[in-house]
Amino acid sequence: MKRIFALGIALGATLFFGCLPLPAQTGGELRFCLRSEPKTLNPLAVNDDASETVRYMTGGVLVRVNRVTQKIQPELATEWTISDGGKRVRFKLREGVRYSDGTPFSADDVAYTMQQLMDPALHSSTGDAFRSGEGSVTTRVVSPTAIEIIFPAPVANVISLFDTVAIVSQKSPLKEMAALGPFYVAEHKAGAYLLLKRNPNYWKKDANGRQLPYLDAVRLEIEQNRDIEALRYQRGEIDLINSVTPAIFEKLSGETTGLVRDAGTSTDTEQLWFNQVASAPIPAYKRAWFASTAFRRAVSEAINRDDLARIVFHEHARAAVSVTPPTNTFWFNASLKPHPFDPKDALQRLSQEGFHLDNDVLRDKDGNAVEFSIITNAGNKPRESMATMIQQDLKKVGIKVNVVTLDFNALLERISQTYNYEACLLGFLNADLDPNSQMTIWLSSGDDHQWNPKQKSPASGWEAEIDRLMRAQASSMDQHKRKEYWDKVQKIAWEQEPFIYLINKDALVAISPAVKNAQPSVFRPQAYWNIEQLALAR
Amino acid sequence: MKIVRIIAVVLLVLAGISVICARWIAPADYALQFRESPDAAPSAHHPLGTDELGRDRTARLLYGMRVSLVLAPLAALVATVLAGVLGGIAGCAGGWVERGCMFLSDLFLSVPWLFLLITVRAALPLNISPESSAAVTFLLLGLLGWAASARVICAGAKSLMASDFAWTARATGFSGFKLVRLHLLPNLRGPLLAQFWISVPVFILAEANLGALGLGVTEPLPSLGSLLREMQSMVTLRPEPWQFLPILVLIIIVSSFQILLNQQEVRA
Repeated sequence: MKRIFALGIALGATLFFGCLPLPAQTGGELRFCLRSEPKTLNPLAVNDDASETVRYMTGGVLVRVNRVTQKIQPELATEWTISDGGKRVRFKLREGVRYSDGTPFSADDVAYTMQQLMDPALHSSTGDAFRSGEGSVTTRVVSPTAIEIIFPAPVANVISLFDTVAIVSQKSPLKEMAALGPFYVAEHKAGAYLLLKRNPNYWKKDANGRQLPYLDAVRLEIEQNRDIEALRYQRGEIDLINSVTPAIFEKLSGETTGLVRDAGTSTDTEQLWFNQVASAPIPAYKRAWFASTAFRRAVSEAINRDDLARIVFHEHARAAVSVTPPTNTFWFNASLKPHPFDPKDALQRLSQEGFHLDNDVLRDKDGNAVEFSIITNAGNKPRESMATMIQQDLKKVGIKVNVVTLDFNALLERISQTYNYEACLLGFLNADLDPNSQMTIWLSSGDDHQWNPKQKSPASGWEAEIDRLMRAQASSMDQHKRKEYWDKVQKIAWEQEPFIYLINKDALVAISPAVKNAQPSVFRPQAYWNIEQLALAR
Repeated sequence: MKIVRIIAVVLLVLAGISVICARWIAPADYALQFRESPDAAPSAHHPLGTDELGRDRTARLLYGMRVSLVLAPLAALVATVLAGVLGGIAGCAGGWVERGCMFLSDLFLSVPWLFLLITVRAALPLNISPESSAAVTFLLLGLLGWAASARVICAGAKSLMASDFAWTARATGFSGFKLVRLHLLPNLRGPLLAQFWISVPVFILAEANLGALGLGVTEPLPSLGSLLREMQSMVTLRPEPWQFLPILVLIIIVSSFQILLNQQEVRA
């Protein structure tokens, strides 16, 4: 009887404790690859993907945009207020925080960081986002835990911009290498790897009061070759790949379930545009085609976007509508739909502009056969495949397309300096949800106004209207007003098609089942945005 | 060995007929995309299946053979002739002529082809036809690919000039071009042919890699090199035998030619 009773107690205890959630595993070294050597470890001078990865994991920021909910979360700043028409931001800072080397964190460090960031000598692209007008950005240290940052003009969505500003120490002997983030750079072997170790002074704790991060270290191997990276992942030598190609995704998902995940439609776009630069060394009759809205709309309608998504991206993409994808729920203009695939309508539009078919060759009103080249970067297999498919689509409406793949530097030179090209197929990586980050693309004077950059004055009425709308949204603090302006910009872009948006790719990641608490997001960094909560089950 | 020669001849004739009659043999146009059946397995409609864009592999192989097997040997011929002329002159003349030719060869070997080819690409118009881009690519390969062979020919020519029969020929009054044509060239035929046959597959593969610079054969025209480039990815390569046909075809054709030419050498 006693034995049965004891057995019952033991069984009950096992069942009870077995149902409790297990504490997260701690320790271990997470391993993944960088595609190139980081150009800098100074978090304020980051301008490339690899450096951004290091900054994300080592930099402490005032706020963090949650990559799943898209909401701003307090980090080193616990509260903030905006006043003076959006020109003044006051942050209340977290107390008792120390850098990885033990140096105390205070408002002086925030002031120092902003001073460094806005220094023209640094050429910080992060700092550029804060340049709202003539005049300099100043700071006022109210107390060790309170600081005011004063801008010469309102900065749209200013709080979320601090997601990319890593606060560096004014006093630490390690300078910018002293980290407030979950990790610090412990070792760096150029060309080989970086080893990040857990920050012993990291301020954040989990819901059970355990200090984060769970991981002991993160090893970042430098590996350019995507195939080798995928092979290493298959062999278990690395634990995740932040972004995989559709072909590798299909291969890995076919082998073992749970190795890869499709996080959904990302913010990255693939688009085609025509060269509309007046001084471009291309024949005048071609410039006239490219400047015609009807021509661009016709080309757009002749391209089968669904086929591109299905065949090139294995269904891991969607036909694109605008630069803002539907997953950017607040900023996307939901009234817009993808342009339909309609070659008949395309020919109709062209005929209204004087184009006609002559033995399956499309000619303009002066008899010139419609032929142009599309340049794209060599080595990007999906882009090369898209260009080949577009070539076939446009052949059906009588347009001859020559596909030219160039190395990236030669391509950049053509589209940004010599303008010696006719059409270009490229993608944009949109890291920021807020359209204010695209000022340089949509302003006619912008460097990245790709189809006709650096205009002294807008070349067309619709570009002038876009200029007006972009400036209006940049200087407004009312999010709903800004949304209205941005919706109008998207509508104009949809009608005029200076960029023929083709597809929005899905965010495809590879995360080992051994990595716990992973919540892949469509926003960068997709696989490890919650790095401090990732754990390894060994 | 006779049966091997017969097989080699048959294979070459078949390849030649296929290349000439590609237009009639191919089940479909090489550029036509059957988008409902990408990466399809072999079938009655597509004997070798389709590629990732739904294009018939048989058609692409036939036209790819046409491009590569015509242009690569032409490029190899250009390279071999240049190597033969410069290497031969260097080996026969010796002295400062030899030093000058070898300096030129060293220069071509040390020039970073990459920057030269990028410059060429920048100078070429963007709107050139795929056929023209193919011709320009192989011509460039021929003009740049002679240097290593020239050193081999030079060494061979020097060795021949020191041989007994060369001395005898010179003693009997042969010199200059007559000496080269009647005595040296026939004896250099072996190394020249070897260099030629080494160059053919090298140029086919080099053309594939030049695609990264915007040179190479442009879409939609296929070449053996571009078909081989599809097998570049180790991870996504599927174990489907028909994908490996381009490399098998290349091996068979090059080997068949070498078998026949080796026999001719033995007879000579």
